[in-house]
Amino acid sequence: MAVNTAITGLDTLELARQQAGSKSAELARKAWKATWPKLLAIAIVLAAWQLFYGSDFHGDTADHFVKSPASTLTDLSDQLKHAQLWQAIGSTLQTAIAGYLLALLIGSVVGALVSRIPPLRAAVGSIISGLQTMPSIAWFPFAIILFGDNESAILFVMVLGAAPSIANGLITGVDYTPPLLLRAGKTMGLRGLALYRYLILPASLPAYVAGLKQGWAFAWRSLMAGELLVIIVGHLSLGVLLNTAQQNQDLSGAISIMIVILVIGILVDMIFSKADLAVRRRRGLLDSPA
Amino acid sequence: MTAAVKLTEVSKVYGRGPAALLAVDRLSLTVRRGEFVCLIGASGCGKSTLLGMVAGLDTPTSGQVDTGGHRVSIMFQEPALFPWLTARKNVELAMRARKVPKKERQRRAIELLASVHLAEFADQRPHELSGGMRQRVALARALAHEADVLLMDEPFGALDAMTRDLLHDELDRICSERSLTVLFVTHNVREAVRLGDRVVVLSSRPGTVIDEYQVPRSGPRRIDSVQVAELASTVTDRMREEMSRHGS
Repeated sequence: MAVNTAITGLDTLELARQQAGSKSAELARKAWKATWPKLLAIAIVLAAWQLFYGSDFHGDTADHFVKSPASTLTDLSDQLKHAQLWQAIGSTLQTAIAGYLLALLIGSVVGALVSRIPPLRAAVGSIISGLQTMPSIAWFPFAIILFGDNESAILFVMVLGAAPSIANGLITGVDYTPPLLLRAGKTMGLRGLALYRYLILPASLPAYVAGLKQGWAFAWRSLMAGELLVIIVGHLSLGVLLNTAQQNQDLSGAISIMIVILVIGILVDMIFSKADLAVRRRRGLLDSPA
Repeated sequence: MTAAVKLTEVSKVYGRGPAALLAVDRLSLTVRRGEFVCLIGASGCGKSTLLGMVAGLDTPTSGQVDTGGHRVSIMFQEPALFPWLTARKNVELAMRARKVPKKERQRRAIELLASVHLAEFADQRPHELSGGMRQRVALARALAHEADVLLMDEPFGALDAMTRDLLHDELDRICSERSLTVLFVTHNVREAVRLGDRVVVLSSRPGTVIDEYQVPRSGPRRIDSVQVAELASTVTDRMREEMSRHGS
């Protein structure tokens, strides 16, 4: 039938236009595009550091504290050969995961309840926003008095830092579920839990993932502050190593640990960014198919 | 004559007090089974409100909406597809709410997509499809309800003329194959005359029926045929008359 072929023809014409741009053989170019800004950033930092080291600006002519990038990086690579640093990384990551999962659970449950129950919304909504403006480090005296110098104090502050972001992400996502989709869902007969499961939750996913990412950033910061402030006897962590370096006036040691902390932060952030990108790509929310 | 949809003295008021807006005013309309009725009117005649009430999404302030137990399905101007699901899953979801078994859902979804010529695009997501294709997925999804009554709220309003023209033919075919009752809202007079068995003209603000035209059924119609053009100009004149009432 003529209409059939006309329709199929029109489809082909319209889609050809969209597919023209996307070719899969550009992987190497993409990888380069993703790496060069990072390489350049590292180069700039190293160059600035070298300049600072070479200048008289720091007044440390005897090389007591200030070390060149090269010697610091050697120091770092030496440390990486020892079990101590890896143990510290391991235990810090363990706390990070425990604290984050706890924040994830609490944030998600609170977010889900608050977004669906209007009276809770009015009350708890502003508490959540208020909590977010509170710098997490200010919670530590409270936490240490309450829990003592132990991991619970750190976890407590991590949850307070991260859970509001996660809850807020979910609430925003639920709020921004397009009304038209809700109408469509209701005409389909989606009600109650089914409406939540098949429509509201998937629709909230992009904002939720953004909240998860922000929550991680808060959790990581709170954790680092916690490890510096809460001295747990006999416990090895990145914060403890940093503290030790400070006490020994070991600048290159401190910088080495800072680099480790930075790298972990960046790596985890990259995972969240990837997840965020994947979610948005699936929904056609990206400008280019890159 | 069996009525598929019967509206009796239906009114809809938005808001309260002095700011209240009467959107629909004591509107009565009967749509027979298998009839294709086009509702037409200028902006603010409460067309979408009316469909919302028939679909059960909104409740009338007064009057009765009787769909006689028929299953009602609605299609909007935007496809309103779920962007995280493929075309097939979008269609399947409409059946999930009715608890159709999984195997049956999958089979029917492909069948429905095939009937709108989209079987080979079943696993694409909405954003990978063109506007016209998305609207056809929405049509397939609306049909997945196995509804007897299909409500269409300017479903082709956002499409280009060429695509719209082809979709008119498609809709003709699908409606006669499934003996659907259709209530179709549009502001395009030619579209109304091209598709409808009956064209109902609504007044603006508040909306109520001011006139209706029976469209003689004589074989397949085209939007550019003389008969369509003639009736369309009659309807247009009637609508202009109504609009100038508001202008003076």
